[in-house]
Amino acid sequence: MIPAILQAIRPFIIPVVCGVVIVGVFPLMAGYIVLLERKVMADMQARLGPMRVGPHGLLQPLADAFKLMLKEDIIPAHADWFLFWVAPVMSVTMALLAFAALPIGPAFQIADINVGILFILAVSSLGIYGIVLGGWASNSHYSLLGALRSAAQLVSYETAAGLGLISGLLYAGSLSMKDIVQAQSDRGVWFIFAVPVGFFIYFVGSIAETNRAPFDLPEAESELVAGYMTEYSGFRWALYFLAEYANMVVVAAIATTLFLGGWLRPFPGYHQTLPGTSIELLDALPSILFLVVALYSLKLTPRQPVKIQKIVMLLVAGGCALLALVMAAALFAPDPVKIGIHGAFWFLAKVGGYVYAFLWVRFTFPRYRFDQLMRLGWRFLIPLALVNVIVVGSGMIVQENWGWRHPLLSAIVTTLIMLGVAVFLAYDDEKHQATVQAAGGE
Amino acid sequence: MVPLEAYLLLSLALLTVGVVGVLIRRNVIIMLMSIELILNAVNINLMAFSRAWGNVYGQIFAIFIITDAAAEAAVGLGIILAFFRNRETVLADEMDLLKW
Amino acid sequence: MTVDKILFAFFAVLAVASAVLMVTRRNIVHSAVFLITTLLATAGIFLELQAEFLFVVQVILYVGGIMVLFVFVIMLVNLDVSLHMLQFNRQRFVAAALGLALGAQVFFALWVGGHSLRLPSGASLQLPPKNSEAIGDALFRHYMLPFEIASILLLVAMIGAVVMAKRKV
Repeated sequence: MIPAILQAIRPFIIPVVCGVVIVGVFPLMAGYIVLLERKVMADMQARLGPMRVGPHGLLQPLADAFKLMLKEDIIPAHADWFLFWVAPVMSVTMALLAFAALPIGPAFQIADINVGILFILAVSSLGIYGIVLGGWASNSHYSLLGALRSAAQLVSYETAAGLGLISGLLYAGSLSMKDIVQAQSDRGVWFIFAVPVGFFIYFVGSIAETNRAPFDLPEAESELVAGYMTEYSGFRWALYFLAEYANMVVVAAIATTLFLGGWLRPFPGYHQTLPGTSIELLDALPSILFLVVALYSLKLTPRQPVKIQKIVMLLVAGGCALLALVMAAALFAPDPVKIGIHGAFWFLAKVGGYVYAFLWVRFTFPRYRFDQLMRLGWRFLIPLALVNVIVVGSGMIVQENWGWRHPLLSAIVTTLIMLGVAVFLAYDDEKHQATVQAAGGE
Repeated sequence: MVPLEAYLLLSLALLTVGVVGVLIRRNVIIMLMSIELILNAVNINLMAFSRAWGNVYGQIFAIFIITDAAAEAAVGLGIILAFFRNRETVLADEMDLLKW
Repeated sequence: MTVDKILFAFFAVLAVASAVLMVTRRNIVHSAVFLITTLLATAGIFLELQAEFLFVVQVILYVGGIMVLFVFVIMLVNLDVSLHMLQFNRQRFVAAALGLALGAQVFFALWVGGHSLRLPSGASLQLPPKNSEAIGDALFRHYMLPFEIASILLLVAMIGAVVMAKRKV
């Protein structure tokens, strides 16, 4: 009986262990993404950011974690304690559940689900409940308003983002995440170059999905006192925060897989090799990048005012040099190892770039008012996404049935048509707004 | 491999709970939710037979049932909202305007 | 005891328990949360039947769409006073008895006629491995007309819901 049970469990052991590792490590990662956000915000505002806790503020996440764990856990009077407890748990669970389907490399996936992309969409749509039930359970006006606004925003932009994804899926031909990256590898180009408008729609939709600025009205401090999170303190608030950053990473991973080529390097179809060897030229990019960062750290070292910061810079330089060596050594390793290591590097680099774009957008654009937000979603993004699907689909039919195989030209033509549609929609919307205001408001 | 009868019994259990729920609750919203439960029971039945026959036609029927459930829930909840605005109640006992 | 049976038992018990809890809660929002749990358990059953497309459709549409609509409306019509009123109506005993009689009748029918459910090569019949492709193929080839009718139905429902919920028609 025992050997039979062990035999039945065996396929599940490695995925479960990977899952446990991710769930355990992710809070630390989220803490460092928060630190990164504060540093980037400071950089864009011409200041330094957290510098006090540890050299360059590197231990700030630990201080934040301690603070949140030790804070008093307040439950408002007449709050629905069951829902109050369930809501942040639900948010975090759904956010972390999506990590199961993310492909970091061809062999680095916890579960290669046949309908991977749809699974992640489904799990994201379940995250709405964490927000709505949390706002309701707090028994407070600001919370409820913030929760309802946030849920309405999420539902609207989820539709637009899903339609944007579909235009990329038309080229991929499959819903499984691994097959999508494989399709990009087969075509030799990232899908962002085939459907740039689809990527744009998904980018805007994903910013709204994660309640990030400029779509963060439901949780903006000057508007609704943190919206649905108002009455949560200490560890419960940390759970919501963790869910938000996990959502950011998940959404970045979907965009990376579908539009940015997953674990492929830039120009996966360019197989020019170094003369005399079988190493491809562009495969040396990771080592070169790491060496550049190491040299830059070395250059910055003498300028640090405090000794421990000098030591940290030297450690960074040393670490990057070591990673450059690892990347170069992987080029001579057998194929699975090489693809694994380089794939992981490119995937994480692209996800990091996408998250950086999120941070960049946050500190660049002013916040949308709620009615402007809904107007943008329903009157601009969703029609644009629908027309995009039709145009891209027609383009594919023309290419495959009429034998007119010019992928680059077809991509440019579809993009120009979509830009025309976008301009038309924006102009029509402006006219509509003008008539509405002339008539005295709706 | 789970036998087909198990799925049918599960479907029957959910159907019974749904029917009893529609009949004994006063709140119209909970009645609507029980109806959704009945539709789900039917879906489980269809899916089980789809698996038993080895083709996808049961699943397509299930997709149409989910679509219909969405339409019905939207319209039903709209009616409830309209009634609530007029009479301030969602209890079926108190919706007796047409009684003589 | 294969994993199949354990999963089925887990989801089945969860579904029935959540359903019973749903129809007996006094707080409507709790009822909605238990219906969500029931629907998720049903989605789990679909997944266990190797119908992954329906699993995702159930979660996105039913739980992520219809139930959000329910929760919104519940929040709009929730009266605190209703928490203290009767929640079961006057005919509850007769109704419960009739409901259980219905269940018993169908159970008896399954019991007696169960042997006629021996479908062709029952246990070894497998669904096509690519579930989503098979559904797409059947839906857009054999069932195109019902698909278009369903889309018109949804359009009509949308218009109806918007008109119903407007303050001034």
